Amino acid sequence: MKNIQEVSRVTIRFAGDSGDGIQLTGNQFTRTTAIALNDLSTLPDYPAEIRAPAGTLYGVSGFQIQFSSQNVHTPGDEVDVLVAMNPAALQAGLKSLKKNGIIIINADAFTERNLRMANFSENPLENGFLAGYQVYPVDITRLTRDALEKIELSHKEKDRCKNFFALGMVYWLYNRSMDATIEWIERKFSRQPVWAEANVLTLKAGRNYAEATELFATSYRVPEAEIEPGIYRQITGNEALAFGLIAAAVKAKRNIFYGSYPITPASDVLQYMASYKHFGIKTLQAEDEIAAIGAAIGASFAGDIGVTATSGPGLALKSEFLGLAVMTELPLVVMDIQRSGPSTGMPTKTEQADLLQGLFGRSGEAPIPVIAASSPADCFYAAYEAVRVALRFMVPVLVFSDAYLANGAEPWKIPDTEGLPEIEIEFAKAGEDYAPYLRDPETLARRWALPGTPGLEHRLGGLEKQDLTGNVSYDPDNHEKMVRLRAEKVQRVGEFVEEPEIYGDPRGDVLVVSWGSTYGTVLTAVEQLRKEGKSVSFYHLRWMNPLPKKLETYIRRFRRVIVPEVNLGQLRRIIRGNYLVDAVGFNRMKGQPISVSELKHAIEALLEEKNNGR
Amino acid sequence: MADNIPVATKALKEDFASDQDVRWCPGCGDYAILAQMKKVLPEIGIPREKVVFISGIGCASRFPYYINSYGFHTIHGRAPAVATGIKLANPELSVWIITGDGDSLSIGGNHLIHLCRRNLDVNVILFNNQIYGLTKGQYSPTSPLGKVTKTTPYGSIDRPFNPISLVLSAGATFVARTIDRDTKHMAEIFKRAAAHKGCSFVEVYQNCNIFNDGAYRLLTEPETKFDQVLYLEDGKPLIYGKEKNRALRSNGFEVETLELNESVENQDLPVHRENSESEAYAQWLSRIGDVPGLPVPVGVFRAVQRETYEQLSEQQLAGAIQKKGPGDLKQLFISGDTWKVE
Ligand code: SF4
Repeated sequence: MKNIQEVSRVTIRFAGDSGDGIQLTGNQFTRTTAIALNDLSTLPDYPAEIRAPAGTLYGVSGFQIQFSSQNVHTPGDEVDVLVAMNPAALQAGLKSLKKNGIIIINADAFTERNLRMANFSENPLENGFLAGYQVYPVDITRLTRDALEKIELSHKEKDRCKNFFALGMVYWLYNRSMDATIEWIERKFSRQPVWAEANVLTLKAGRNYAEATELFATSYRVPEAEIEPGIYRQITGNEALAFGLIAAAVKAKRNIFYGSYPITPASDVLQYMASYKHFGIKTLQAEDEIAAIGAAIGASFAGDIGVTATSGPGLALKSEFLGLAVMTELPLVVMDIQRSGPSTGMPTKTEQADLLQGLFGRSGEAPIPVIAASSPADCFYAAYEAVRVALRFMVPVLVFSDAYLANGAEPWKIPDTEGLPEIEIEFAKAGEDYAPYLRDPETLARRWALPGTPGLEHRLGGLEKQDLTGNVSYDPDNHEKMVRLRAEKVQRVGEFVEEPEIYGDPRGDVLVVSWGSTYGTVLTAVEQLRKEGKSVSFYHLRWMNPLPKKLETYIRRFRRVIVPEVNLGQLRRIIRGNYLVDAVGFNRMKGQPISVSELKHAIEALLEEKNNGR
Repeated sequence: MADNIPVATKALKEDFASDQDVRWCPGCGDYAILAQMKKVLPEIGIPREKVVFISGIGCASRFPYYINSYGFHTIHGRAPAVATGIKLANPELSVWIITGDGDSLSIGGNHLIHLCRRNLDVNVILFNNQIYGLTKGQYSPTSPLGKVTKTTPYGSIDRPFNPISLVLSAGATFVARTIDRDTKHMAEIFKRAAAHKGCSFVEVYQNCNIFNDGAYRLLTEPETKFDQVLYLEDGKPLIYGKEKNRALRSNGFEVETLELNESVENQDLPVHRENSESEAYAQWLSRIGDVPGLPVPVGVFRAVQRETYEQLSEQQLAGAIQKKGPGDLKQLFISGDTWKVE
């Protein structure tokens, strides 16, 4: 008799060697979970080394998924189920496992050699080390070989199927249908029927094993979540950035010129863009970061939509050219997929420490509009909006993402392409009374005159421009006027874009202000605290420059303001400076997202203050 | 893009003069270069609106302001990067990069070599005055060893670049040198550069009369120039001297100087081939001027045809559309695994 228990929220972590097919397993579980109508969020966790030696701790590849019958905003802090394909995966995964959590183990991989490499002096399956967890050691390798006895593949080849055995067990544990995965395997291996058969057999064997041996006393069911109808797909932040750019180009009916230099974690975007040439996308893998933005600026001058992407160190190299784009008032989109710094730092790990660099890291007064994506799918809308603003205001726009969003994935409701906001461009026309720095009174944008148009010949450059004519000018009053005009233009972006809404009551005890990829974590913490009846509200910024007007209004209406960030308090510094408010920070820099429970404690501590009569 | 390019209009020399005052020092070699450019552009027959001048930073880089076409005065050393974007965005434009020895051989060295290797169809005019002029007289990457300047009071210990050798190795498909004082030759070379499809590189020996006056005196004074300069002519032997009585030829990898007389006649000499398949010949030629006592070759060192970068880029775009059909956003979004929520 199957004992089924209903639960509302689960986090599973699949972990093993890079060669164990962990990402594939995770993706299959994700897809099946999405089809079963749970909300979900996922995070792959690749080793930094390209080909890390098998069995090592630094070679562990992980994939985490949180799914629920309610809203899910993060891949989860604490893990309910750890699938460990070797000792290293167990060692690395234990610290995030819940007390009494489930561990499914490939016992065949617990050889002396592997144990040593994972820093176990004794076999943890034998010495009581795992007391306090529900441990299920299974001879996954052997059972896989048994299941494939009749298949004409070598032992080594058969072993490559063993991830499907583990997946089959987990499907049983969560009462999932195997149909979607079987269909996927058959499609994927349609030209290699032996492999299709082997993988399907292994998957079924895993499930049957769990069933027949009554391995788990209980299985679980996560009820359906309320999910908006529509067509969905999984999307990573980097894919979404590429899609957003392409969508904007299609809507604007212009070509995108994408110049970039390979840098982790932004390289994927260049790879995606290079594969979508049939959308009229021109890509240039430039000789360096500087040339990448320079070419994008040149392309914008000549009428394409110039785009470049990088990470923190690359943004530093691009800053002089960004200044030129500010001076020449050309449309441009620069995307910074932030990673842990300074210097080379931890290239595959996340951080939000480029905020001040992005806002201010240029010579002279060189403000630019800055937008920050809040989730993997939101990267689509952030990139799209950045292009709109760049074209409308003739201005370089910076888009912030980070390593967490870049690699993380979530279901994305595919938008109705007709419903996307229009992007209209009006070029200066031959014969019109053209002056390079004549401005639109509303947006302050100058007009875009394309080389090739007779009568509009003009010269741009980095030297200060005379108002209207654009001629070189060293006039003191003109310079001050232009500095103010360039800043004012960026401020006017605030009237064009939508301001975010507050989550929770518009006044109260504690206001949490955040930006970028902390969105999911903060929302989860605030949701939980509000359920507990706490007076906490949440304001998540989208445009970091210009800041929304409502921000100050809300800040004044709360007793305390807390700003959680994955840096030393860069937004907090801006908020304190702008609004003279004693905002406190919650700052963690571990190369990973902040944890919901830690943040909750910090907010609770602020709420306590009141009770203590502060 | 084609819809943005209206019908060509015919331009005259005066049409290329902008309304800006030219601000180089009186007597600077840059004036001669500007004058020749303004003269040559109408002769080439490219309409003004299709001409784009792009520069970096330095005295030379003010050039775009003085020509009434499209222009972009960018940042130090980076004109090739901007030019690459412009040319890829609109391959129909005639793109000229104006740069100096500091701009393109020091801070912008990387961009210059990559521009050459990609063979983008642009024209690079490098004003080589062997000094930093705009910052008032520091030695440059083409200043000779031992050169005393403000930053090398004991003489420079840097060895200079030979720009011709550098761009030849980087893959430029048209490589030439000319001298500011020889305006007729300069005009010819500019026309050849413009006509060449691919990356054209022209080094102009330019006198900075304020900070490095006379750097090329021997090459320009009537008493010396005939023995110091060798004018390259395609299909002709390497002959120089006032009486055209001296010749060069290779002896192995060495250079041999010959006095022409009855025993050695023109027809015995190997001739200059701009399109020689081997780049080694042009390299050999480019190093001659570095050897004391030998003349400096000017003219076209190399001119060969290769597919240009923007042609290849356009072919890929067209090929992708042919193979996959024009991009469809809806198709893109539903590519990969999707699922439906009712
Ligand atoms: S400093 Fe030299 S190169 Fe510069 S403008 Fe004056 S003379 Fe010409």
